[in-house]
Formats: sequence, structure tokens, C-alpha cells
Amino acid sequence: MKRLMTGNQAIARGAFEAGVTVASAYPGTPSTEIIETMATYPEIYAEWSTNEKVALEVGIGASIGGARALVAMKHVGVNVAADPLFTFSYTGVNGGLVLVSAGDPGMHSSQNEQDNRNYAKFAKIPVLEPSDSQECKDFVLLAFQLSEQFDTPVMVRTTTRVAHGQSLVTLGERQEGLLKDYEKNPPKYVMLPGYGRQRHPVVEDRRKALAAYNETAPVNRIEWGDKRIGVITSGVVYQYVKEALPEASVLKLGMTFPLPQQLIKDFAGQVEKLYVIEELEPFLEEQIRAWGIEVVGKELFPRIGELSPELIGAKLGDWQQEAAVAAEVPNRPPVLCPGCPHRGVYYVINRLKLTVSGDIGCYTLGATPPLSAMDTCICMGASISGALGLEKARGKEFARKLVAVIGDSTFLHSGITGLLDVVYNGGTFTTLILDNSTTAMTGHQEHPGTGCRVDHTPAPAVDLEQLVRSLGVKRVRTVDPYDLAEVERVLKEETAAEEASVVIAKRPCVLLKGHQPTGGPVRVDESLCTECGRCRRLGCPALVFKTAKPSVDTTLCNGCGQCVQVCRFNALVKEGEAND
Amino acid sequence: MTKVMNILLVGVGGQGTVLASKVLGQVALSLGQEVKVAEIHGMSQRGGSVVTQVRYGEKVYAPTIPLGKADVILAFEKMEALRWLPYLKKGGRVIVNDQELDPMPVIVGSVSYPEKVIEQLAVHGQVTVVPALQLAEEAGNAKATNVVLLGVLAQSLGIEPEIWRQVLADSVPPKTLAVNKKAFELGLNYKAEDVSSVS
Ligand SMILES: Cc1ncc(C[n+]2csc(CCOP(=O)(O)OP(=O)(O)O)c2C)c(N)n1
Repeated sequence: MKRLMTGNQAIARGAFEAGVTVASAYPGTPSTEIIETMATYPEIYAEWSTNEKVALEVGIGASIGGARALVAMKHVGVNVAADPLFTFSYTGVNGGLVLVSAGDPGMHSSQNEQDNRNYAKFAKIPVLEPSDSQECKDFVLLAFQLSEQFDTPVMVRTTTRVAHGQSLVTLGERQEGLLKDYEKNPPKYVMLPGYGRQRHPVVEDRRKALAAYNETAPVNRIEWGDKRIGVITSGVVYQYVKEALPEASVLKLGMTFPLPQQLIKDFAGQVEKLYVIEELEPFLEEQIRAWGIEVVGKELFPRIGELSPELIGAKLGDWQQEAAVAAEVPNRPPVLCPGCPHRGVYYVINRLKLTVSGDIGCYTLGATPPLSAMDTCICMGASISGALGLEKARGKEFARKLVAVIGDSTFLHSGITGLLDVVYNGGTFTTLILDNSTTAMTGHQEHPGTGCRVDHTPAPAVDLEQLVRSLGVKRVRTVDPYDLAEVERVLKEETAAEEASVVIAKRPCVLLKGHQPTGGPVRVDESLCTECGRCRRLGCPALVFKTAKPSVDTTLCNGCGQCVQVCRFNALVKEGEAND
Repeated sequence: MTKVMNILLVGVGGQGTVLASKVLGQVALSLGQEVKVAEIHGMSQRGGSVVTQVRYGEKVYAPTIPLGKADVILAFEKMEALRWLPYLKKGGRVIVNDQELDPMPVIVGSVSYPEKVIEQLAVHGQVTVVPALQLAEEAGNAKATNVVLLGVLAQSLGIEPEIWRQVLADSVPPKTLAVNKKAFELGLNYKAEDVSSVS
């Protein structure tokens, strides 16, 4: 019986069948469901780690300890984990280790679209690129075998369409009892310069051995067709090529580093015109070109965004389509949910005209109109350290109107070190931690502050206020973000102080079970509305404006009452409350 | 190559397109054919424009439906049907919930909600307009709008209703089953007049 599975579920299933006993990750679209699925197998220890570097190091420890370990993260997570990755490439493994890197061409849910195959080449580790869910499972199984055979971590690289695409998968049995012996072996695992020098030649030999293996690896295949067009491709793009160019000859590469030079040369020699079709960087193309093989690639296909069958078909085939011309339709960008505790905080920030050094999470949506309340957003954790740089560039006066805004999960991921730097180096701006008791953006994952682990068992919850104090911050206040007057008063006082301060806005995400506001939707008293437009500046999707006066979409409004506080004329009324 | 059935589900994050595509995917699986589903998780789910693609047939390659190749667009919101219309094949079917949800640029007043949406859809396809929100409320919960729409979709795919009912029962939380069952039947039995081409 075949099952319909996402690539992420299939990766987890592959790891399960490969006998993995330790799995770690930090959430990030499109990788998140891998660990969520791993956590449903009782045979496997799975964890949400505090960040990707920690996740990989947990995996490395497990591998050295003899277990098979899977580590998963989104593409930018590998930036965070790059330090251990590069040196773990030197030490190699004991139990197999597979690192899943989930890329996001087209940036559906990401801040950049870096092509992580370059990491595999940079770190000198093999990378496998599955093109559907069955391959996700099969390639993970193979990756563990290769990891142990060649003594190397192996990267499995997916992209959004593979990770979140569903297709059919045949399940297999789990391999058990694979735990290897642990032996102390400093020359292999203690990377002092002297030992590192001994390991580097091993890494280079391994790279050559892997390239030789790849010449006949089962994950590469040639599908001969019309020899006038030959296409080299990998990952989901293979599917697009088959759909757009059913007649063409195709070399589908499953392992895209290190590349099989002879296989590619032979294929190239038998087709009239050779194309490399790949998303994002000319990763295959540049290596193939370097061997003196003539090939067409990025001069024809974009380096930006996702490819598609119609794009490939239009360039190379006789693709027919009769699509309607796109009508002018207003954008529908994502927005903060009705009742979101982040909303009112941004409203206050706007009132106080603060510069916001921002960060990544649902609260980044405060950057979009009408709130438009964020100045910068670079990467997780950059809000606090970036604000310190802003202050050092522009002086203490500037810091009186400067806040760093960061979510609870992001603060624990990489904000703590930045805040310590602020204390150490005398920063005086205010850090605002938006603590909604979850990692909301990626679908509500637990973290060290929620009191729960990935499998929903209880865990110690870090006390943010105490944590921040222990870093040396003396001014620490906690506010309810639903109380807009209080938020305003506290933010005014704390930004005015010429000393590092932290304000924790604490209220659980409205989408969490048991935390929806009680009471019915807000009501509009039209006779009191002066059409001043203040409530409109909250950007709540439940307040709609068919005229200049608001009306409430009762299917969306959950009665959080933030708009009621914003209205100066009592025209917005909480059900069951009088309007005076 | 044999025919691949292409169905595009479009709507607004939070409207339940993910559950609907899950049900549709499982229903298609019962035909014993290859099934692929593509959806986007993450940021856009927060009230943004969302799309899920379901494809089934003897052999399916791409998980995504190419432009101009969708047999059916099932739209949970009116304007979203218009946004994704270029994916519809000429003469394809659009099943559209008559609900309007203002996106933020409309709420802030920088643009207005498009007019004559149904007429614009009808130029390119056969349109079925469904008061899905009302029917869901009739079934007992506005949240069952997605299941009403699945019921209407079930009318035109030629797959046994019993299969839909079974998959639905396996897919929704047990305590919402009664409402969802009712919502599905209301959709399945809904008789809409096709809006014929106005051109
Ligand atoms: C290095 C890195 N890892 C993961 C992500 C994906 N990601 C973006 S924001 C975020 C966490 C959001 O949680 P929180 O800070 O609590 O804010 P919330 O969404 O709950 O408002 C995650 C996991 C990322 N962008 N970069």
C-alpha cells in the first residue's frame, strides 16, 4: 500500500527506517514537519534545539557516540550551523549523520534564496537532491549508508516543492540495533591544528572516492529520448523537465556533489545540444563548463526564483497554453491575525515614533502597511546587536527613540548573546521581547520558554525576566500587550532611561488553544463614529471599511478589544459592555 | 500521455484550504492513480493569498499545475478566483464561494476591491457561485465553509460520494464530524445555475 506523504514526512520515515535514534532541529519553513514527524516515533529521541548550531552539535555528539542521527533545518539555518559543519567534515562520523537543508527558491517564507548546494561543495561533503517524496525516503536511507561508508556527514537538500509536495511512498521496515561502539579517538575527534592537518588529506581523498562512487551511483540515471536535446538536471526541476520536454534525453543527477565527470562527459558526447536546467545558482553548470564541456544554462534560464514546466517549455519546447490574461487584483499580503498581541505594540511604537531594529517572526508583519513600524530585519537575532550598532553610530540621543523588537523563540535562538553584548558595551536602547509563548510563524512549535518539548512532554520553562537580569540588565519590566496605555507608559519610561532596558510584552498567541479572547465580537456604534481613521491604522483584518466607518467581520473578530482602546469616541464597543 | 486531472484550491490563509486539499488528495488516491499535491506552508498562511494544487492521473510529474492547465479552480474567496484565473484552462470550471474578504491594501484604503468578479471569471470559464458561508452556518459552523465547497466539487469530479464521506470522516476531528458531514451534504446537493459566458 502506497501512502500520500509530504517530502518532510518521507524524510522522517526514511530516517526511522534507517534506524536513527537521535534527531534534532530548529523550526524553519520548509523543514519544520521533519522533526514533528520524528517525534511521533517512540523509538526515536527527537528535540527542538535552541538553534541550528546547537541542533547540529547535538547530532554530531550522537554520531560520535555511535548513533545514527538526523539534523534538519531551513537553508538559512545552515548559516548558523556552518561552524560545526565545516570541522565535522574533517572529523567524519561514527554513526551516520544526515543534515537536511530545506531551501526556498521563490522565497515563499524566507528572507533570501541562497542555494545550499554550495555549502556541500564548500564543506566538502556529498549532497543528495530528491525530486519527490519516494526519493526523499530512499535518499535518506542511502545517505546514512554513504555517511558510514565514506566517514562523512551527508547533506540531503530539498526545496519547498519537494519538502511540502505530497506524492506516493512505499514504506519499509526499520533497521534496528545499529548503535556502534564508542571509542576515544583524539586524532579523529579533537581538531587541534596538528590533528586537523592529518584529517584534511583524508577529506580530499574522500572527495575523490565519492566522485568515483558517483559515476555508478544508483541515484543517477539517464532517460534516453530524442538525442537532439540533452538535459542535465536534479531535484524537483527534473519533474518540470519531464513535463515540459517529454521527448528529450535527460541525465537526472541524484548526487550533485561531488559530480561524476565521466558520466556527464559520456552523456554530453551523445547529445547534439546540452542544457543544464537548475533552480537558483549555476551550481552544476559551472563545474561542467570547467571540464570544457559546451553547455547552455543560465543564459537561458533565470537565476532568480522557481522554475516551472511552462517556463522550461516556452524556452525549449512547443509548449501550448491558452491562459487568461491576469486581471488587476489587489495584493493579499500576509497580516497579523485578528487578536494578535503584537498588533497594539506596533500601534504604540508608531505613536511614540520609535526607530525599530526588527527581527524575524510573525511580528515582522508589523513592517507592512498600515503599521509600517519596522526599520530593519536581517536575520534571527540581529535586532538587538544591530540596534547596538545603530546606537554606536548615531549616539545616545538616537537611542532615546530606539527599540530592538524580537520574539521569544528568536530571543532564545540568538538574542541572548546580543543582549549580553549590549550590557557589556554600554548600550542604552530598549529591547522589547514579544513573548507569545510559542514559535508562531512556523506553526507553533515549543521552545525552551514554553514548558513543553517537541513530543509535548513537560520541560523546565526558562524565566525570561530572570534570564535577562542575570545578563546584567537592571531595568526589566513585563507588560500585557493588550493594555495599550500601559505599553505606552512603560515604553516611554524605558526608552527615556540612559541605560540598557528590557520590556517583555507577555501574552500567548491567539491561535493557541485556550487563549482566544472570551466575549463576542466588537460592535460599531455608528452614531458615535467620527470617521477619524485611527482604528484603520491598526491594520486588523476583522475591521473592514465599506465606507469611511468601520464594520466588524464577525467571522474574524474575536473581541480582543485593542481597537476599542484605540477609539477616542467610544464608537467601538465590546459586546456586553456599555459605551460610556 | 493520458489525461492528468488538475485542481487548484485557492483562498485566504486560515480558510481551511489545507484540510480541503488533504481530503481531496486522499479521495484521488482511492482511484488507484498517481497523486501529487503542492502546498505552501508558513508565512502566507497568516491571512495571505494561499494556493494548493492537486493533480492525479496515470503519471504525474510536476507537483504544481502549469499556467492554463487547471481543469477546476475551487475558490474559497471571490477575488482569489480572479487572481489565479490564468491557471484555468479555457472553458474550465470555477467553483467560487461568494464571500468577499478585504485584503489589507483594501482595508487601508489604498486600492478597492475589484468589481464584477463573477462576470470576469465567466469570460474564461464555467462559473458556479456558491453561498458557502451561509450553507456552513446552516450546517452549524461557519468554519465548515471548506467542506461545503468540497461537497460542490464532489458533484463534478465523478468520484463516488461514499468515498468522499469516508475520507472526510477520517480527516476531521471527531467532535466536528456531525457538522462537517452536514456541510458536505449541503454542498453535494447544492443546485447552482451556471453563470454562462457574458461575452
Ligand atoms: C536561522 C533561521 N532559522 C529559522 C528561521 C525560521 N523562523 C523565522 S522566525 C522564527 C521564529 C519565530 O518565533 P518568535 O520569535 O517566537 O516569533 P513569533 O512568530 O511567535 O511572533 C523562525 C523559526 C529563520 N528565518 N532563520
